[in-house]
Amino acid sequence: MTLYLHELRQNRISLAVWTAAIALFMVACVVIYPEMETDMEEMGEMFASMGSFTAAFGMDRLNFGTLMGYYAIECGNVIGIGGAFFAALTGIAALAKEEKDHTAEFLLTHPVSRTKIISAKLAAVMTQVIVLNAVVLAASAGSIVLMDLDAEWKNILLMHLAYFLLQIELAGVCFGLSAFIRGGSLGAGLGFALVLYFMNLIKNITDEAEFLKYVTPFAYCDGADIVDAGSLDGMLVGLGMGYMTVALAIGFWWYRRKDIA
Amino acid sequence: MKAIETKGLTKFYGKARGIIDVNLEVAEGEFFGFIGPNGAGKSTTIRTLLGLINATEGSANVLGLDINGDKTKPLAKVGYLPSEAVFYRGMKVREVLKFSAGLRGLDCRKEAEALCERLELDMSRKVDELSFGNRKKVAIVCAMQHKPDLYILDEPTSGLDPLMQREFFEILKEKNEEGATVFLSSHVLSEIQKNCSRAAIIREGRIVAEGSVEELAASAAKRVVIGGKVDLAGLEGIRDLSATDEGATFLYTGKADKLIKHLAAFDVADLSIAEPDLEEIFMHYYQGGEA
Repeated sequence: MTLYLHELRQNRISLAVWTAAIALFMVACVVIYPEMETDMEEMGEMFASMGSFTAAFGMDRLNFGTLMGYYAIECGNVIGIGGAFFAALTGIAALAKEEKDHTAEFLLTHPVSRTKIISAKLAAVMTQVIVLNAVVLAASAGSIVLMDLDAEWKNILLMHLAYFLLQIELAGVCFGLSAFIRGGSLGAGLGFALVLYFMNLIKNITDEAEFLKYVTPFAYCDGADIVDAGSLDGMLVGLGMGYMTVALAIGFWWYRRKDIA
Repeated sequence: MKAIETKGLTKFYGKARGIIDVNLEVAEGEFFGFIGPNGAGKSTTIRTLLGLINATEGSANVLGLDINGDKTKPLAKVGYLPSEAVFYRGMKVREVLKFSAGLRGLDCRKEAEALCERLELDMSRKVDELSFGNRKKVAIVCAMQHKPDLYILDEPTSGLDPLMQREFFEILKEKNEEGATVFLSSHVLSEIQKNCSRAAIIREGRIVAEGSVEELAASAAKRVVIGGKVDLAGLEGIRDLSATDEGATFLYTGKADKLIKHLAAFDVADLSIAEPDLEEIFMHYYQGGEA
């Protein structure tokens, strides 16, 4: 418990900044929607006829003229990219920062088993992802209510759930990687999140890259798919959670026996 | 039960040598010195004892507990002072000490305050703002506030001013008299000679000598300093000789009787025969010679 609270304390500023930034952008997107809506007829057509650019962001299958279509694309990208970066950075720094900042020696010469250390750190990372998503959802939903917009609540909540699961998966996989890394964790985390994001864009553009949906968690966050199905793709989500479990298991296994520098 | 016992302890970092076949025995209640130059393997030995790194071969017990078993049991009774004290950014001294005690599941506020007072450490300062020496003091309090049975200290006095060094050893001596074992790694010989009862010398990863500090210092050789012109030809057991017309100084391993009878033939103005200091022994071991 001591270490768990310590981790949260250490990360409180980073969590506050990321949460505030994402929530602000989400609220801003919602607030400008009514203004956008009036120009939407033209804009919707324009956005729908930009070829592969349109496909990349799923704008061929979502109606940009409705709140849901707009929300899935605009807000989806904000929480999608912002949340993914936060999750990847927080996850990948969790174990690596101790060795990078030379605090590992201090921490690991206390009578706390490595299993407990890993568990407390993982719990702290997941707690932060939960807090970020709860605040962002509250801010976003609150602004929709305040703006008195006609929202498809089920789909909006499903979308938030999907991005939350994406962040959990990313945070978990990066946490597993963290056990192997000493320095340079920031770049690795950001790069990893970006690669997965672009994989999804490529998957959307070309059918030949359809298999990428089994790799990138952004695939199960696809707004168009969620709206079409009225649910998340259980298989893809399950696969993602599977990747996370494997990465965590390997990370645990390695960190329990590694030599600490 | 031994406080520390290693058998054939060996650590390689890939192909790079860490330590080779280290056998150490430190009895409970001992004040033990561990001497060696930089890179000799002092820190590797300590880090292995603390379970930070895994031995390639051999075994080690700390306070009777195998380091390959549940590491938390020995660590609960050990106070470790790292050579370079690094803490989490943004924390105050008080918070670091509380965090350290919290990780042990203890409340050490009373002891921490007493130690901070003796070491003149301000608990309300932020650790990032502290000088190297003051950060060292924080590490000292972290190593001591839970009243461990065994102190493992890696170059403890670097960064401390002489007054603080004295206070630090005062505290250590008190702890030692109360029954705690002290394992002191250092390359400052006077520290070892002044404080330790036994010591081991490590060089290039191997223990080259182990014994009581007097034994190590004595090791048969005497430092002889003569005033006046003498001819030393024919006297056996002389090393490290430097002679002038005014006198001579050398290390002597022969019998005292022979030396005196030999010198009787000359006009000796001044004579001193003394134990060589540890420094001299030490240099010999360092350079690969035998004292």
